[in-house]
Amino acid sequence: MSSIAVSTTINGDDVEYLCQADETLLDVLRNRLGLMGAKEGCGTGDCGACSTIMDGRVVCSCLVLGAEAEGRSIETIEGMANGNELHPLQSKFIEHAALQCGICTPGFLMAAKALLDVKPDPTEKDIRFWLAGNLCRCTGYDKIVRAVQDAAQEMKGARA
Amino acid sequence: MRYERPQTITDATALLAGAAGNAHVLAGGTDLLVRMQNDDFDAGLVVDIKAIGGMCEIVESDNAFTIGAAVPCAALSEHAALVAAWPGIVEAANLIGSTQIQSRCTVAGNLCNASPAADSVPAMVAAGAQARIVGPDGTRMVAVEDIPQGPGKTSLEKGELIEAIVLTKPGPRSGDAYLRFIPRTEMDIAVVGVGVWLALDESGLVQEARVALGAVGPKVVLAQDAAAAIVGTPLDDAALDALAAACSAACNPIDDKRGTVTFRKQVAGVLARRAARIAHERAGVRQ
Ligand code: FES
Ligand code: FES
Repeated sequence: MSSIAVSTTINGDDVEYLCQADETLLDVLRNRLGLMGAKEGCGTGDCGACSTIMDGRVVCSCLVLGAEAEGRSIETIEGMANGNELHPLQSKFIEHAALQCGICTPGFLMAAKALLDVKPDPTEKDIRFWLAGNLCRCTGYDKIVRAVQDAAQEMKGARA
Repeated sequence: MRYERPQTITDATALLAGAAGNAHVLAGGTDLLVRMQNDDFDAGLVVDIKAIGGMCEIVESDNAFTIGAAVPCAALSEHAALVAAWPGIVEAANLIGSTQIQSRCTVAGNLCNASPAADSVPAMVAAGAQARIVGPDGTRMVAVEDIPQGPGKTSLEKGELIEAIVLTKPGPRSGDAYLRFIPRTEMDIAVVGVGVWLALDESGLVQEARVALGAVGPKVVLAQDAAAAIVGTPLDDAALDALAAACSAACNPIDDKRGTVTFRKQVAGVLARRAARIAHERAGVRQ
């Protein structure tokens, strides 16, 4: 099978790679580009552990073909912190102990970032519905919701 | 598997028509990529339609909305004029899957996947939506209810694909609604789904109606007797009783782990009543 050449943007950088037709974006990120932040929990769009942002919308990268990234703009967890400075969502996840094993965490962070990008002041209900496609087997979700609320507050304060 | 991303619809139909084995259209991929995870499934030729002009756009004209076949469902709720015109369709489309799925899934894909439980389909059928189908022999407009033929089967011929879903702009005193029953509060497959569209005359009586039922048969049901039961009425209790009875009678469901035959018939009637009331309320405020 001949490879497909893809030019895309990942976390602001121009990236080129070769992939197979049936390879998912998740596999490309992890196996070809060394971006191991996105996790494969299910591979079928059910768990959200592979969440990445594509052209501003949060997607399951396990349900995107690597070839489909051509010309798009992809954001992954690796691009979230600004150098050594954590994103407010990352800091608040640590502060609220919103993670235990951490498998789900990159997905939650990307999904929560996509939420705050479009809705900077979400209600608890907004957060719970928005994150319903991200599964966590450890935390019981409550701490995750609090961390997102707190990060939203802090980001609002920083803008004021 | 072979992946192609044509730039024109003519190239897309030529690719699909010329495929020797399996061929699939890739829009949002939320069904296709899940199937591809199964080792026994050979996707064959996959034609990604998102580079074709207009596929990812909602175009509003004087008398219609044209929703490109690759427009993600999330984009429907971001289109204020579409939400105002067809709230039932937008609500139905937004019930599908998680936020991540909403970013990719499409109403055209929901239709072509041909699951009897597809949420957006009864809403589109009630609204009288049409699919613009392009194939090697040209373009044809087909009523949405004529596309699913049974689980996983559509009336599309080899080489054909849906280019867009076309919704005419609603007239005055009309409204639509879609409701479904699921055992959870969100992200589940409809046990029963009901779409209702109705228009009132100047005196407030129901002048025209369309009622569509999902997940109660091998394909979506356009329940003509149910619509007839409310036409000419003020949608009073007697009319709602007749509507519910006609909906229950129009069901031909299966027993499965999500619902029994008896339950599905009963719930179809209950949901039809509620959806008709919502559509009626919407019709009452639309000039
Ligand atoms: S790995 Fe993609 S949703 Fe679970
Ligand atoms: S922290 Fe373990 S799955 Fe969420």
